[in-house]
Amino acid sequence: MAEIAIKQVAKRFGGFTALHSIDLTIADQEFMVLLGASGCGKTTLLRIVAGLETPSQGEVWIGGRRVDHLPPRDRGIAMVFQNYAVFPHLTVFENIAFGLRMKKLPQQEVERRVTRTAELMHIEQLLKRYSGQLSGGQRQRVAVARALAMEPDVILMDEPLSNLDALLRLEMRAELKGVLAASKTTTIYVTHDQVEAMSLADRIAVMHQGRIVQAASPVEVYRNPAARFVGSFIGNPPMNCIPATKTGNGSWTVAGLTLPGPKSDKHRIEFAIRPEDVDAGDEGLHATVRVVEPLGPHTLVTCDVEGGLFRAILESSAAIAVGDHLRLAPKADRIRWFDPETTNAL
Amino acid sequence: MHGKALPYLLLMPATLFLCVFFLYPFALVAFEAFTRDGGFTLDNFRTMTGNWKFPVAFWNTILLAAIVVPIQLVMALLMATVVSRLETGRGAALYIFAIPLGISDLAAGLIWLAIFDQSGFLNTLLSNLGLVDRPVMFLGYQSKLTIFVAVVLAEIWRATAIMMVILVAGIGLIPREYHEAAEVFGASPWKRFVKITLPLLRPSLQTAIILRVILAFEVFAVVAALGGTNFPVLMGETYNWQFSLQDRNVAAAFALLILAISVGLTLFFLRVLRVPKEARI
Repeated sequence: MAEIAIKQVAKRFGGFTALHSIDLTIADQEFMVLLGASGCGKTTLLRIVAGLETPSQGEVWIGGRRVDHLPPRDRGIAMVFQNYAVFPHLTVFENIAFGLRMKKLPQQEVERRVTRTAELMHIEQLLKRYSGQLSGGQRQRVAVARALAMEPDVILMDEPLSNLDALLRLEMRAELKGVLAASKTTTIYVTHDQVEAMSLADRIAVMHQGRIVQAASPVEVYRNPAARFVGSFIGNPPMNCIPATKTGNGSWTVAGLTLPGPKSDKHRIEFAIRPEDVDAGDEGLHATVRVVEPLGPHTLVTCDVEGGLFRAILESSAAIAVGDHLRLAPKADRIRWFDPETTNAL
Repeated sequence: MHGKALPYLLLMPATLFLCVFFLYPFALVAFEAFTRDGGFTLDNFRTMTGNWKFPVAFWNTILLAAIVVPIQLVMALLMATVVSRLETGRGAALYIFAIPLGISDLAAGLIWLAIFDQSGFLNTLLSNLGLVDRPVMFLGYQSKLTIFVAVVLAEIWRATAIMMVILVAGIGLIPREYHEAAEVFGASPWKRFVKITLPLLRPSLQTAIILRVILAFEVFAVVAALGGTNFPVLMGETYNWQFSLQDRNVAAAFALLILAISVGLTLFFLRVLRVPKEARI
């Protein structure tokens, strides 16, 4: 059992606050992805869990044990680094065996574990080679094998796929998911790639400016963003946000359409909808078509709505031309509302 | 001026410079070492090795190098590690450590002479503290050991920084992720130094050691200042034969011997500390 609990962890570098009091609990065997743009603090948080960075305040617990005062080697963790950090002066075998030798495991056990993890990562034919003789993808595999060989409670991954080319990334992504699920470890995985996050995670913690904005399952994060940032950061193209004006108690006008919405004292709030959650019809938001991009399965239409850009993903059969006036009907159960000041969901 | 000739033409000035100022004098020295009165001979080498001072000078030089270089290596590693770890004041620390490098070796020898001399700082200190009744002859002809120790100290003080500078640069080249990976995978600070820093530092160690060993066999001015003729070394003997005994042929033989030792040790360290191409950073 290795549940990770991060309690009110903050990190300041001089006058700059990288993390504002983070609270996050990661269940045993859960695959948690920390997602955010560069500089949001996700790597700092991971390094604090690893012990490579000291928090300015707060506690880190792993498996019911407080670890924030312990060196990395006493935390029961293994880590995969962004640049792999495969030692250049050691063979692949010795790289994978590095942590086991530090633990002073008997030679027989070292060999057994290295062979097993090398087979798991399909690098058993590379064991005698040096890092300089490997491709990026192979180094990545060595780095993962080295972490798995430790049979750790927790595996920490810092953008492990970001240095691979697109095709290899896709392949490794699927493989990582399988291997890590089978290993039954708790995983924290840092990435700025939302597709990677969606495809791998049991739960995604979306981070922005040193705070966790939302921590929920991929579908929940996508469907019910807790804040405007989440809606615009996740999803490609991002969620559309347009202003809504109050017309009654719980009734709002959005681009010529009156919709039932939250009860609020505010006069103006924001209406939000995913591009794929609108249909072109006789009723709906007034939109003027600006750009039409047929993408095969569907067509991406960029329109003017209330003077702002609005993207809609429509059926490719629809005959739409630039300059057309459309009525885009939002699916009622997919509409979300944000407070324009706090940007939080209403 | 185009085509194949151009690169060679561009190399010409440097090649000419090397030929005139390095290759030609070297050929001249080699020629003098193997000739006497116009004929080829090995007599110069026989004279050199036959002299009673030769074994003393030879072993003094070897012993000096064998003691000074390892101590300097350890100290330079320590200093380089400390400097590399500093987050503030790194430049200042590096600069202070490197000050002795700016002082010529004769001046360095004289500074240490001022310490160990009969009326030097050390004697003044000792007599003021009441530890000695009259000044001690630290560098007299009977006290070979203290001369040796004084030379070792002066050499360490003077020339450790050159190794340190090379090692600081080398440590800076090792990506931090390797240390972090080692830390996560269970290596203590000492293990990280032995298993990661030292092996990855090999190219810099090689450069530093070779440079320092060559300089150690050319030790001259510091010894001349502190030991005079009481502590013969190879370079001192070369000087002696050239200027006091006015025998340039034997001096040339000495010079060739020093060169041979330097080349031999350079090849040795190149081989021992070689990093295979596939194992480089």
